[in-house]
This record gives sequence, C-alpha cells and structure tokens, in this order.
Amino acid sequence: MGLLFIDGNQAVAMGALYGGCRFFASYPITPASTLLSAMLETLPAAGGIVLQGEDEIASIGYCLGASMAGMKVMTATSGPGLSLYSENISFAIAGEIPIVIVNIMRQGPSTGSATRGADSDVQFMRWGCSGGLPVIVLAPANVSDCFTLTVHAFNLAEQFRCPVFIASNKEIGMTSQTVDMERVEKPLIIDRTLHESGPFLPFQVNPGEDVPAFLPIGGPILVRQTSSTHGPDGYITTDPSEIQAGVERLQRKIEANIESFSYFDLEERKGARTLIVAYGITAGAARAAAAELFEKQNVPVSLLVLKTLWPVPEQVLLGAAGGMEQILVVEMNLGQYVQEVRRVLCNQKVDFYGKMSGQLISPREIIKEVLGG
Amino acid sequence: MDSLLNSDRPPVFCPGCSHDRSVNVLDRALQKLGLRGSDVVIVSDIGCSGLFDTFFNTHAFHGLHGRALTYAAGIKLAQPDLKVIVTMGDGGLGIGGAHFLAACRRNIDITLLVLNNFNFGMTGGQFSCTTPEHASVSSSFLNALEKPFDLCHVAACAGAPFVARSSVYRKDLPELLKEAISCEGFAVVDIWGGCPARYMKKNPLSPKEIEAAIEKLPTYQGVVSANVRREYSSHYRQAAAKDRREVPWQGIETIFEATVRERREVVFLGSAGQRVITAGGLLARAAILAGMNVSQKNDYHITVMRGPSVTELIFSPQAINFTGVEEPQVIIALAREGVRRCWGLFEKMKKRGQIILASGVEIPPTHGQILEVDFKAGGIKKKEMALAACYLLARDRDPITVEMLEEALKQTFKGKMLEEARGVIEKAASISLHE
Repeated sequence: MGLLFIDGNQAVAMGALYGGCRFFASYPITPASTLLSAMLETLPAAGGIVLQGEDEIASIGYCLGASMAGMKVMTATSGPGLSLYSENISFAIAGEIPIVIVNIMRQGPSTGSATRGADSDVQFMRWGCSGGLPVIVLAPANVSDCFTLTVHAFNLAEQFRCPVFIASNKEIGMTSQTVDMERVEKPLIIDRTLHESGPFLPFQVNPGEDVPAFLPIGGPILVRQTSSTHGPDGYITTDPSEIQAGVERLQRKIEANIESFSYFDLEERKGARTLIVAYGITAGAARAAAAELFEKQNVPVSLLVLKTLWPVPEQVLLGAAGGMEQILVVEMNLGQYVQEVRRVLCNQKVDFYGKMSGQLISPREIIKEVLGG
Repeated sequence: MDSLLNSDRPPVFCPGCSHDRSVNVLDRALQKLGLRGSDVVIVSDIGCSGLFDTFFNTHAFHGLHGRALTYAAGIKLAQPDLKVIVTMGDGGLGIGGAHFLAACRRNIDITLLVLNNFNFGMTGGQFSCTTPEHASVSSSFLNALEKPFDLCHVAACAGAPFVARSSVYRKDLPELLKEAISCEGFAVVDIWGGCPARYMKKNPLSPKEIEAAIEKLPTYQGVVSANVRREYSSHYRQAAAKDRREVPWQGIETIFEATVRERREVVFLGSAGQRVITAGGLLARAAILAGMNVSQKNDYHITVMRGPSVTELIFSPQAINFTGVEEPQVIIALAREGVRRCWGLFEKMKKRGQIILASGVEIPPTHGQILEVDFKAGGIKKKEMALAACYLLARDRDPITVEMLEEALKQTFKGKMLEEARGVIEKAASISLHE
C-alpha cells in the first residue's frame, strides 16, 4: 500500500477508527482541531457520530453519555480545554465510564502559545481532578505510535472502564511523517465485558475481579449511572466501609495491572553508564543523541523511552536504571516527570534537562548534557 | 400502564415540597404514554432535582451540576429510540446556560423539565437566575442587583420547538408533559413550584400566587411553530448516510530510485498566500515516490492569511528520529516575513548550504551559497514562487528530480490546477539565474 504521509492527529484518528471508536465530540482548539477535522472526514462515513460541542465541558459530557449508552468514545483538546474537562474526568473515574481523551499538549501556562508544543500537562493529567485516583496516560513518541497507542487506549478504557489519555504534543500532532502501515503494530481489539446472566447491579464486581461488567443505558435491563459516591447498586451510599472499598477498588483496578500495559522502548548499549529517560516528542531527539554519542564519540548511552507515563511503570524504570551511574531525564517542560523518576530511583543520581521555549530539544543539547554531566 | 415509581425508594423531599408533586406528575405522564422503564432514561442534574432518577424504575444517569443536557444528548444520539428526560433546577439551568442554548439550537429529541423554585435549595437558599429581584433570599442584597430571566422566552428565542410554562399545581400538567415528551425535538417545560425549606420561609408562595405570577408573563403552552424543524439525531443519521467519502489517507507507492543518501533539511521561508506549505507537500510526495522518509513541519500565524509561512522538510533514507531542523542544507527565502521569523537559521548554515533567494528579500550574513532568482522577471507570480523553487531543486537533483516532481504534481492536482502548475514549471525552466 506504499508509505502514508500523515501527521500525528491523523494517525490518532486512524487508530480510533481501527480501535472501534463510534462517537467523537470536541470543541475546536489548536493544536487539536485538526483531529476534529480528521474525525469528521472519516467517522460519519463509517457510520459513527461526530459532534462539535459548544464548549469543552459539553464535549466530554456528550462522550460520557454516549459511552454509557454503549459506544466507544473519544474527545480531543489541549491544555486550556483540559482544564475544563477536569470535573467530568473525575466523573469518568467515579462512574467507571470508558473514554479516550486525546491531549495535544501546547505551551502553557494559561492560553500560552497555541501553535507551540510543550509537555505542559504531564502532572496535570494525573492530578488535575478531585479525588486523586489514578488514570492511564499513554505518550506517543511519533506518528506511528499515535496509531498504536490510540488502539491500546481504547482497549484499556474498555478493559478497565476508565478514562485513558493520549498525551501527544503539537510537534507530533501537527508534524507529518512517512509511515509504513504494514510495519505498524496493530493490537487486537478488546471490548468491554458485558453482564451475561443473573441479577444486574451496575457497579457489582465478580469475586476476584475489580471491574464491573457493563450494560448499556437503553437496553432491556435497567442501568444506573451516578457521579455520587455509590454502592454496587448505583445508589448513594453513606456506609464508610462500602465507600472505602469503592475507592480502593478504583485505585487497585488501574495500579495493580500496570505491568500489563507498561509500554516502552529500551535501547541498551553495552558498557553504558548513563541512561537517558525520555517520552513524547523528545524521545526522537534522545534516540538521535544516543546514536550519535555511540557512533561518532564512542560513548555508549542507554535510552528508555516511556510510552506509558501513568501509572508510573516503576518496574520498567528500576530495571532500566539498574547499575547506571547517571540518569538523565529530558522533557519539554521545566521538570515534571523527573519528579516521578526521582521518587522511583531514589538511590540514584537523577539529572534533568528541559526547556519550554516553544522550540524542540535538539540531539545536540542532549549530547552536551550527557557529556557535561 | 403501571406506575414507574420505585416502591423501594419513595421520594424524600421536605414536607410541602413541590418536587413531590412533580415526581407524581411525571409518573402519570409516563403512564399515559404507555412507556416501560427500559424505554426511558431520566438524566438528573444536581440539587434536589438531582434526586429524581432514584425515584423511578427507569434507566438513570446522574451527573454534574448543569451538565445534564450534555449527557442526555450523548445518550440520545447513541440510543435513538430511548425517551430521554432531563430533570434540572433553576440552579442547573444557570450554570449550564451554554448547554441550554445549544440544546435549543440543536434540537435533539430530549425533554427538559426545569423544576423552577427560584433558589438553590440544597446549598442554603442562595439566589439563582430565576430569583425575583424583590425576593428575600440568603444571598443578602445580591439578587436585588440582577435581573432574573424568563427561561421560556430564552428557549423560544434560541430555537426550542416546544416551550411551556406551568404551575406544578395545574391539573392537566401530566397531559402537558405527555405532549412535551411526545414532541420530536427539544421540549422545555418550566414548572413553577415552592421550596418550603428555604425560599418560602421569607417569600410565601401559594398555588394561587404562582398562578397569578405566571399569568403576568408571556404565555408559553407548547409548540413554538416558528421553531418546528427536523430533529437533530435523525437528521444527522440521514446526512451521515450520504457521506460516502473514503478514508482520505492513501499510501504513496515507490516508483523512483532515491536521490539522497543521507539526511537533508530544506526550509521554505515565505509569507501567507505564497503556497509554501503546498509546495512543501509536493516536495514531500515527490521524495516519498522514491521511498524516502520525509517529515514536514509548518509554522504560520493564527491569522492564516497574513504573516510568515514557514515549512521545514527533512528527507532521509533512514528513519527520521529528530523532526527539528538544525543546519538546513537548503533555505528557500521567498518573503521578508518568513526570513524574519527564522533569522537565526542563516547563521547556522554551513558552507556547502544553498540559499534560493527571491530578488529583493533581505537576509542576514550567511556561509551558504546564494542563488538569487528574479521570479518576477521570469513571469512567476507571488503564489507560484514556491513551486518554481521546487523545480530549481529538482533540476539539481537534490533532493528530488524533475520526473519525481512531475509525478507528484500529477498525483496532487487535476484539470486546470494541474495545467497551471505545469505552466509554472515551464516558466521556472526558462528563468535565467545569477549565482
């Protein structure tokens, strides 16, 4: 079929279609608005629904309604819009509503620079809503990752009934690259588990499981959804032990399964004493830097590209960093994910290089940091 | 039909609350329509109106304050046969004002019951968007400073095809709700009642007083004929069924030999309207026709028809890891705006670098070799310069050839556009160059 020449936002749209997305709603915001265009170009013709919301709060609200009515749903925004999503994100967590949220990150704070990339929201996606419960965040490093991780995002949202973020960046979302689709990983599609027999309680889990079986609003069996603290029956509960068990389950169902969705690339070089840790758009520069250090300067450096950011894939970090003298975390902000790396690798020296000027971090800058460190 | 009330969970409202009455009225309306619980979803907002879903044996969705209409719309679009009923207070209407307007404009088949009791009962009786200026509420004097709005008037202005206002005590209210639910489109019913715990403590509101107050306002009794039109979700399905577009992204087959052996960076610096991004796309396609890896990154102002227009291209036989341009091999400088935007780039250029410079465009000192081109003298218009520059690159076989460019043109343009593009190539071929 030849090479495709598409940008990251188009690849997310392709991944969404492949992953079974049937409903997309968003409010136009640069650099995510081309994803709205891409969904409009494809989803209606494929029998799905695209809605342009009156604002971001509405856009995610439409998705939550459609998801509970049985559709696979996705929305897309950037930092300012993500701020408006916050309350509904915590609803999706509490109500266990599957949804894929694509965040094409741009330069913050505030309105910032609409057409300048930055990894502004890496902590915000994790902690930006009330309750403090975990979410899943996947970070594509290039256009082909946008496809694959979007398919994974739909699968994880279905499997764990939770919001899953795609943490992209203007520099990936709006930069076109050649992609050989025949070589792009296409995960198998997973659908939410449906309740099969016996009495149905909307938030009841089977023994030994942490995710309730689903039935859609609108089917023959009555379904309740609520944003209020509820018991298995979907009615408000005031029983402290039931409340505690409920939130612990919401935490456990995500965190206990991290190893099944710890996506990463590890480039190990023999004799390496430095490990570079990068994600997103900066991973490409780090890859180029590590290659040049080895090929031209004979300095072996290992590289860990994290594609699952949250929950923090701690075992992956510990495994890659074992025996390293220096860990260098590189990200397009003033130091966000490095805090997690420092927490996990608390006995090792973890350095940071980042900037947030609207310009890409170059391989040259990373090489300088490695050699100077 | 049987009652859809949930006998396990009877209403828990304060004694004398008009919501008790609303619950029973809604149940009677659903009975009149002969609906089963599974035919209906009650989407409830926040506040006392947010309890409604628990009193019925129907599908239920209880979400955030003011956002009930958004969930309801998503549900209706996904389950077109379901009867979708939203219960919301005057508080939810105020905080969700944008969704209320959008619902009126969009006309999805949803019935909105505004249980209007002129205050925020659950949080202590603060004023809402419908609290009269003269009322005494817990917001001190603040409500005296703001004008309440007539939500029926707003709904009618915004395009709702069914708008009705009624006292909760009206005998035929179940019949009115039946009509509202039967209306194929967005129906709003403004149901006036009293909050005994908060509002009515200082503002007595008997059924007669409610009736008298409603009579003073413009009458809304149902269908707003000027707003009657097609329902959105069925209209959407019909329109989408006509959309037969194929997936727009098709692969580009390799039909030429690659011309470059290592990474090449080419930057176009132009201004809006010079079609530099289109030219960059052509160059990219031409290179992909030779199996090369390409990346293209654009930079332009939010006001797309003014200011700089920059496109950065990278060509490589290997995978492109870093998509930024550091030391371009080629700069095509076509306009002052683009040059100003990337002033520092010229300094970074090495001696072997090449600059195609449109006559009259000022650039900073550089090590690169400058090829000045008088496009104007060659009869090449402003919007054609970028394509003409592609030809100049192709003629030097770096990073593409003329054959590759011609094939890319053929794949990109059709008819008159293709002829025009070929005309530009011809003009570029006869241009005289001064090194």
